[in-house]
Amino acid sequence: MKRTLKPRAREQLLGSLYSWPMGTWFTIFFIVPLAIIILYSFLKRGLYGGVEFELTLNAYREMLNPSFAMVVVRTIWISVLATLICILISLPCGYAMARSKHQTLLLFLIIIPFWTNSLIRIYAWIFILSTEGLINSILIKIGLIDEGLRLIYNNGAVVLVLVYMYLPFAILPLFTTIDKFDFSLLDAARDLGATKFTSLRKVMLPNIKSGLSTAFIFTFIPIFGAYTVPLLVGGKDSTMIGNIIVDQVSKTRNWPLASAFSMIITLASLVGVFWMLYTSRREEQLKKDGPKRTPQALESKVKAHHRAGKGVR
Amino acid sequence: MSSYPRPRKKSFSFSSTVLIFTVIFLFIPLFVVTFFSLNSAKGMQWEGASLIWYKKLIFDSPSLWTAFRNSLIIALSSSATAVVLGSLAAVGIKWYRFGGKSYITTVSYLPMVLPEVIIGISMLIFFSAVKIRLGMFTIFAAHTTFNLPFVFMLVTARLDEFDYSTVEAARDLGANERQTLTRVIIPSIMPAVLSGFLMCITMSLEDFVITFFVSGPGSGTLPLYVYSMIRYGVSPVINALSFVMILGTMIIAFSFRRFLKVVAASS
Repeated sequence: MKRTLKPRAREQLLGSLYSWPMGTWFTIFFIVPLAIIILYSFLKRGLYGGVEFELTLNAYREMLNPSFAMVVVRTIWISVLATLICILISLPCGYAMARSKHQTLLLFLIIIPFWTNSLIRIYAWIFILSTEGLINSILIKIGLIDEGLRLIYNNGAVVLVLVYMYLPFAILPLFTTIDKFDFSLLDAARDLGATKFTSLRKVMLPNIKSGLSTAFIFTFIPIFGAYTVPLLVGGKDSTMIGNIIVDQVSKTRNWPLASAFSMIITLASLVGVFWMLYTSRREEQLKKDGPKRTPQALESKVKAHHRAGKGVR
Repeated sequence: MSSYPRPRKKSFSFSSTVLIFTVIFLFIPLFVVTFFSLNSAKGMQWEGASLIWYKKLIFDSPSLWTAFRNSLIIALSSSATAVVLGSLAAVGIKWYRFGGKSYITTVSYLPMVLPEVIIGISMLIFFSAVKIRLGMFTIFAAHTTFNLPFVFMLVTARLDEFDYSTVEAARDLGANERQTLTRVIIPSIMPAVLSGFLMCITMSLEDFVITFFVSGPGSGTLPLYVYSMIRYGVSPVINALSFVMILGTMIIAFSFRRFLKVVAASS
């Protein structure tokens, strides 16, 4: 390109002047905090909160405690279940949106609840599900039941509200991918005698794999790190890893343990992101046979997902 | 495709039905709280429409206004900082080669892929390790950190479409670096910068989890106020506040409508 014509030193200086302010910001407020967490997870717990500078694996050993192990197992099954439900609902939604003439309106309708304050949305579900809530008062009024059912403060409520909260995280990337799909291929498959279902499964599904993995990862990661939903609509047996981390920081003041649990979530997220990069890179290589550098690949994945949305939150 | 008058209606209608029910599912909670915010009674019994809860919300909740003020200050300051740092960085990454380029690119995407709890906890531990007192500044720093990636991403996407020869033309015509920046680059990335700014404001006003960790006494934001109200239980005043916040979201989403079309077109 033409930029190679420019003197190297000048480029180095200008590029640094433009970009290093942000680089420095991220180093101080993101990389250093993450490094501190990694370090703390290997340190000894201080007597009154904080840490003592003595290397140990105590925090990781404490995690094997059965009650904590239970929480990890629960977090995994709740996250997998909620994510799968999200994907199953989002596939037909994304398909219908991609084929619709009113895409802007539909995006608008998906995005409004998505951008509404998360606490307001959780509150609305408390309002609907609680013992004196909307569903119970309707059921009592029409005489189906005599006293309120326990619809809230259990794992079912947690899964329901998690699906509600994170559905758009699955719908938006699936819509984006399916919208790129050439629907005449389906017609071709049908002309060659495939049934509707077979043509969708054998022709469309392989073409939207990268969208599926993006949807899975971007739904799974925030659900895996969920904190407010299990706290506000979950019961005593709905604690997830996010709740343990917060309790260990604010109540028990066991920072190494909180850091160790944070490491699990961070590692799980990174594994997910790299798996997603791997599938999309393989797909791109199959299509273009061109090599792809990691930052760019990550960039395009994240972009595709976030163009209309917001963070993994 | 239209030349194939195929009886596709049936296969189409399954997915459309799912979509319709999903949209209804997404909106039911919002409608329910809005509807009951207009109920004059406290419970689930409908006893006529009234605006008393809105009156209560506006005139009877002094701490709401403090929280709102804090939220505005933080949203504006962190979004402005993120917009300046993020846009400049995008220009640098796109057009120049320099040391640490791939480090900055990679690091700028990571905050978007980590759950909020992790960002909140790591910042809390960081601030107490370096002994910075929790308060408005720490919230500002945290919000700038999670806002930056979005500005960076939006401006980078805009620069991808930008014709670099415009910059070279400006240089050939004798513009110096500052003039190129202010007269050529900034005007052309302005749409992305503005939508980035709006998005930052939205996310900053919305954030609860990260703010929850890094806020100190007296620095509570609007979502923290909502949280403290929810903990007391269901109340019609929260319904009223919910509707006000839903309305705010709709206005912001509506101001994004051009952006939504870009989504539909570019996908």
